[in-house]
Amino acid sequence: MSPLWIVRRIGFYVLITVVLAFFAVPMLWLASAPFDTKPGLGLRWPDWTFANVSATFDHPFTLSSLVNSLILCAIATVVTTVLAALAAYALSRVRIPGRDLLLYLLLLLSSVVTGTAAMVPIFVMMLQLGLINSQFGTALVIAGGMLPAAIFILKDFVDAVPRSYEESACVFGASPRQVLSHVVLPVARPGVATIFVWAFVNAWGNFLLPFLLLRDVGQQPAAVLLRTLYDEGGSANLTVIPVFSLLYSIPVVVLYLFVSKRYGFRFHGGIKS
Amino acid sequence: MDSSGLGVRRAVAFVAPALVLIGIFLVFPALWTLYIGITNYQLTGPAAANPQVVGLDNVLEAVRDPLFTNSVWLTALFVLFSAVIGQNVLGFALAWLLRSVSPWLRRTIEGLVLLSWILPSTVVAFLWFAVLSRDTGTLGLLLGSPETSWLVQYPMTSLIIFNIWRGTAFSMLLYTSALAAVPPSQLETARLVGASGWQTVRDVVFPHIRGHVLTNTLLISLWTANDFTPFLLTSGGPNHQSEVLPVLIYRQALEGGQLGYASAMSLLLLVGNLVIALIYLRLLRRRA
Repeated sequence: MSPLWIVRRIGFYVLITVVLAFFAVPMLWLASAPFDTKPGLGLRWPDWTFANVSATFDHPFTLSSLVNSLILCAIATVVTTVLAALAAYALSRVRIPGRDLLLYLLLLLSSVVTGTAAMVPIFVMMLQLGLINSQFGTALVIAGGMLPAAIFILKDFVDAVPRSYEESACVFGASPRQVLSHVVLPVARPGVATIFVWAFVNAWGNFLLPFLLLRDVGQQPAAVLLRTLYDEGGSANLTVIPVFSLLYSIPVVVLYLFVSKRYGFRFHGGIKS
Repeated sequence: MDSSGLGVRRAVAFVAPALVLIGIFLVFPALWTLYIGITNYQLTGPAAANPQVVGLDNVLEAVRDPLFTNSVWLTALFVLFSAVIGQNVLGFALAWLLRSVSPWLRRTIEGLVLLSWILPSTVVAFLWFAVLSRDTGTLGLLLGSPETSWLVQYPMTSLIIFNIWRGTAFSMLLYTSALAAVPPSQLETARLVGASGWQTVRDVVFPHIRGHVLTNTLLISLWTANDFTPFLLTSGGPNHQSEVLPVLIYRQALEGGQLGYASAMSLLLLVGNLVIALIYLRLLRRRA
């Protein structure tokens, strides 16, 4: 063990510590501020209390906004997963005329037309359709934005299911519906689960579209309410914000833990090099 | 041969609902941007009820508008420093360095990096207010200068650091899976001939992952250019100093009511996205 080696090792661990601190320090606020008697925009060892929690539950819109988030997210996620699964299956198994062009266009669309680039026409369209303040309409807009990428990722998963499974099932007289529900779906389940979680996390955190399209506070999801708590009345409502941030983050963290335990957080070929 | 027994007609029926939704909420708005962009459409006032076609005036006006050129410049800086350099380098460094640490440390760091990626953007904005705010902010306390209001005095630098924190996870994941494809025997040879870490990366690893680097750079650039989170942190302020394109478009359209003019700006963003996406698809195709 030469001195150079020791210096290198120390340098290495200093670097790792700095990176660890860079990623960890901002998150500590989420653990300390909710339970502090005087929560602020800064980090300090909390003066423990649960008063903020009850204050948050007493706030007229916190719980309803979480319910709104859940509704919005459930519609967007289910629509995305079901429609993407059907489309991915058909596109993977049947040579529909123009299929390759369609797939190419989908890939192009999913990257080019983003919510930010198309916010003006989406807003104007929903305004003219009278769908401003409609949760269902907003959920469909979110789903429409996620669908191309979802179809693409899922098609990769379905492509990996061997066709011989379905052929054997057909030989034994299974109907297309039976093939789908008893053969393809069980084998492609990790793919469907991936899309479900991906869509949920995306829809749950989406700020821009509900911010644009849901102007009535009774319809707004947690993402938008959290912003309102910050700038309404000129000053941030720091009693409610930390606890509410924590509550709102829990589903995402739980899903993350579930996915990393069950499947491991890795890329499985969905991304091509 | 159609192994599923679906038949073309039923297959089309399976694909159709998804295509209808994509058509209404993605394709139509994109095309409509073209039309709104050449009108003087406004949110309120006479031009709201009866917009006039003004042709390319909006685009020409945007190109001459100092707010727009400022915003394009800031967006370019944001993409270059936070994505192309920041996320790329840190993501690769993490993927490379974490191979040689103990599993629990590796899991902890990867977990934190991933968490910073998947937490909702409004929550993340508060986490960073707590780091960067004046008087009580963590960074000010650590550096002993609590009177500095980072987001006001250094808005772009703050956004860049923030976005590195926010988005590095994707690069880390992508490079981790890319590094798994580098033959261990070549790494072993490099070690035996006494190559330094940097030499190994440059001469052994890089040739294998060149494609991944390009893919990664294009994707994160696209996402960063279209990211709306800067609005949550600085709202473009102070005095337009951090007004990246998505924020400018929002403020022109919804706060200023200039829907036609904002559409023309969106159009330029769409064209930028299209260029990056076409380069990306071309690379994909060449390798396939």
